Amino acid sequence: MAISSRQKAGWSALNVLVILWALFPVWWIVALSFKAPADIGTDGGSPWPTDWTLQNYAAIFTTTDFIRALVNSIGIAAIATAIAVVLATMAAYAITRLRFPGKRALIGLSLLIAMFPQISLVSPLFDIERGIGIFDTWIGLIVPYTTFSLPLAIYILSAFFREIPWELEKAAKMDGATPFQAFRRVIAPLAAPAIVTTAILVFIFCWNDFLFAISLTSTPRARTAPAAIAFFTGSSQFEQPIGSIAAAAVVITIPIVIFVLFFQRRIISGLTSGAVKG
Amino acid sequence: MAELVLDGVTKRYPDGALAVYRMNLEVGDGEFVILVGPSGCGKTTTLNMIAGLEDITDGELRIDGEVVNDKAPKDRDIAMVFQNYALYPHLTVRDNLAFPLTLAKASPDVIREKVEGAARVLELTEHLERKPSQLSGGQRQRVAMGRAIVRDPKAFLMDEPLSNLDAKLRMQMRTQLSRIQKRLDATTVYVTHDQTEAMTLGDRVVVMRAGHVQQIGTPRELYDSPTNFFVAGFIGSPAMNFLPATIETDRLRTPIGDVRLTDAQRSALESRDVGREVVAGLRPEAFEDAALVDASRAPGGTFTATVDILESTGPDVHAYLELEDARGGQALLEAQGAEHDGNAADFRSRNQVVVRLDPETQAREGHPLKVWFDPRKLYIFDPRSTENLVA
Amino acid sequence: MSPGPEVRDVTRDAASAGAPPSSPDVTEGSTDPLQRRRSDAARAERRLGWALCAPAVIVMLAVTAYPIGYAVYLSLRRSDLRFPDAARFIGLDNYVTVLTSAYWWDALAVTALITIASVAIELVLGMTLALVMHRTIWGRGTVRTAILVPYGLVTVVAAFSWEYAWTPDIGYLAALLPAGSAPLTETWQAIGLIILAEVWKTTPFMALLLLAGLALVPEELLQAAKIDGASAWKRFTKVTLPLMMPAVLVALLFRTLDAFRVFDSIYIMTGGSQGTGSVSILGYNNLFTALNLGVGSAISVLVFICAAIIAFSFIKLFGTAAPGSALDGGN
Repeated sequence: MAISSRQKAGWSALNVLVILWALFPVWWIVALSFKAPADIGTDGGSPWPTDWTLQNYAAIFTTTDFIRALVNSIGIAAIATAIAVVLATMAAYAITRLRFPGKRALIGLSLLIAMFPQISLVSPLFDIERGIGIFDTWIGLIVPYTTFSLPLAIYILSAFFREIPWELEKAAKMDGATPFQAFRRVIAPLAAPAIVTTAILVFIFCWNDFLFAISLTSTPRARTAPAAIAFFTGSSQFEQPIGSIAAAAVVITIPIVIFVLFFQRRIISGLTSGAVKG
Repeated sequence: MAELVLDGVTKRYPDGALAVYRMNLEVGDGEFVILVGPSGCGKTTTLNMIAGLEDITDGELRIDGEVVNDKAPKDRDIAMVFQNYALYPHLTVRDNLAFPLTLAKASPDVIREKVEGAARVLELTEHLERKPSQLSGGQRQRVAMGRAIVRDPKAFLMDEPLSNLDAKLRMQMRTQLSRIQKRLDATTVYVTHDQTEAMTLGDRVVVMRAGHVQQIGTPRELYDSPTNFFVAGFIGSPAMNFLPATIETDRLRTPIGDVRLTDAQRSALESRDVGREVVAGLRPEAFEDAALVDASRAPGGTFTATVDILESTGPDVHAYLELEDARGGQALLEAQGAEHDGNAADFRSRNQVVVRLDPETQAREGHPLKVWFDPRKLYIFDPRSTENLVA
Repeated sequence: MSPGPEVRDVTRDAASAGAPPSSPDVTEGSTDPLQRRRSDAARAERRLGWALCAPAVIVMLAVTAYPIGYAVYLSLRRSDLRFPDAARFIGLDNYVTVLTSAYWWDALAVTALITIASVAIELVLGMTLALVMHRTIWGRGTVRTAILVPYGLVTVVAAFSWEYAWTPDIGYLAALLPAGSAPLTETWQAIGLIILAEVWKTTPFMALLLLAGLALVPEELLQAAKIDGASAWKRFTKVTLPLMMPAVLVALLFRTLDAFRVFDSIYIMTGGSQGTGSVSILGYNNLFTALNLGVGSAISVLVFICAAIIAFSFIKLFGTAAPGSALDGGN
């Protein structure tokens, strides 16, 4: 089909519009992070810093609190992701490959939890965690994060696992493989991309949480980065910490942008798999 | 290469479904045996049991005299080609071919030599470094074959290996397969639902239906003397015509006229306890346009019927004839019921007959045609047991 | 004839023609040990299935069902963290307190407004975006990557970006407004901006789900409709939309329940002041500002009930096309 240059221009304009709409608010916070604190509030909200400076970044990395929060965020999200992916892989394998009663109930339960309002758990978890002494610790956050990412992980992994050509297991057996060899040399390499994708999505989910992070912590001990940013105070009482907040926001956005750029195809198929077949 | 014996092999699934019942089969060293039948007949299950991918519920499987029922697939030394090729998508063609050898811990030199040898035979040399997804259907099929060949196994199992190829490629691969099998002198069990494939490839053919072996024989035997209605209808294309018939002492009354029974046919019928109602079978090849037959040299019956549809295949013309009178429909109806669930023959109304005519024929659609047929090619089936009564 | 043993994939009577007439009924006789072995295999598979699912199920139940039960228990007690010794059973008093309070109803109204408005806008916008990505003649990959960024962005970061954009003297958007206006301090304007932030953040997810749904509509069907003389709009409403309905419903269900939980954006942008608090904000404040565990738990339970009602009505709407039915593909 011949594409007229007018059509092409029309689509280009539309695409540019969509990209601007998606990225400009992100650019705005980046621009803010490079402004000198003195310029913020006096430059009329220019989306381009008049004087580029790393002052804000220097500020957040000189306090131990933000570094501590970053370490917490990475550690907690990574551990929760690892646990969730292992448990979900087992459950998803059972769902796609085995026959057993209660399968539907399991799927129903995980859907229910995916839709669960987290606030309903905040009061009881707050009390329970204080009771058993895991309030304001890594474990205190890892537990709810694992729970709430399990449905997502099970859902995505089941959808991927159904696509794996499992008859290759048979082919490997015929080629002389033991069951373990068939798993390690054929099934595992095929399942690995699914597991990596799921891990990324679960990590993003944990990284993103705010409600549990501010409810189940009370000190910088286990506070994650998003919660820490919300509690930023300026270096002096009269100075708004906007620049620091912007810089910290950019720092915690970077890993997400990297994941998105490198794995976008997989992330999209992970997000949409299963959902459309419903 | 080796000899394979199935001795009363039975497969019953956990849900109680019976897939294969007391199957006996001996595959000689270097023999090419085809399992053929409609879907669900148990042929693939049989193959999987030989492979060791499914447990044998009852009976014995012996390879070179050794019972292997409880051996894992890897210890049976059998290679298999799957319907969907089952190539490992994450490995290159070279690694796919090498896979069984690396599992067997062959040395790198041996592996390279064997893989490249197989690639040469199968014309895959320039594709060795590609991934399966970059290959055409025919190339994938050849890689699957190659993976079976490199190991020098005791036997090859093939599960409809050509069914995913287009018609022309399938013909080419069929001849290539036949050539490779002969060259390797490989004991082969091959599953297909395509009777043409079965007839052209196999040394012997096993016709299966609903878990039961119907007949085992060379392609010629199956065609000439089918043991029952099902085999008769399954082998041959277009399928055999079945007509209701009544035995009247020395003759058979059919919708296409009375046929005098030969002595052999009469004595065969007498030795059995059959009623008067039977089913007569005549292959389309047993008919000819009467105008093209020299009646004095080829004695036979004739009848006239209206031509419904003519189909020209080039070398032949197939004519679908409408018979006015279809008496004794009951016996035929029962038998046709049996035929149709095997979906071997095309659905034909019970007063329709398909005949194969010489392309010289002057037959025209909608016009009556005088047709000659050879009564010696007549089959007589018991409508209840469906057995061939005069084989 | 007695029905012969059932043969896989063959629906008709197996023994009718193939089996010799003398064929014994195979269901009798030698089957006892076989039957035992068979059910052993099925039982082993069942046990493995349960064993593999057990850890996930135990974690999910322990961290949701138990706390919810505990929340119900707490909500029936006077449990004020400032007066720990005064804790006692008080029946439904906490619920009466919540349900007779204007705070609860205001918060519920705000939550409902944000949920309905943002999901409705997202659906229209998401569909447009999906159609743009589906039909665009170049740059589909770039657009897809670009819109994934808002999806992946931490909600708190997005909320800060919007907050500062609308803050007078600081933001580029505030600069466009008449001098002296501070939209985030006005109830309705603030709610509007919260909806905008939510829409910006979550439309990509909606668009991606809908795009996947669009990909399921066969091109030939649209061409056939074109030949039948259907206009572009008719093709969309009569062919595309009905065929992608499952994807639309799944996207709506997920987004509705997600929007109902709205917390992060409000917390950052307004802190719930000026009557912009959602039920989640109310529950949080009750626990951490009022320090009343009993009332907070009552709110938790009520929010849970609301979510259950939403989910239930959606599933009624779905019928058999409920999400997850597709996951039951193991058999």
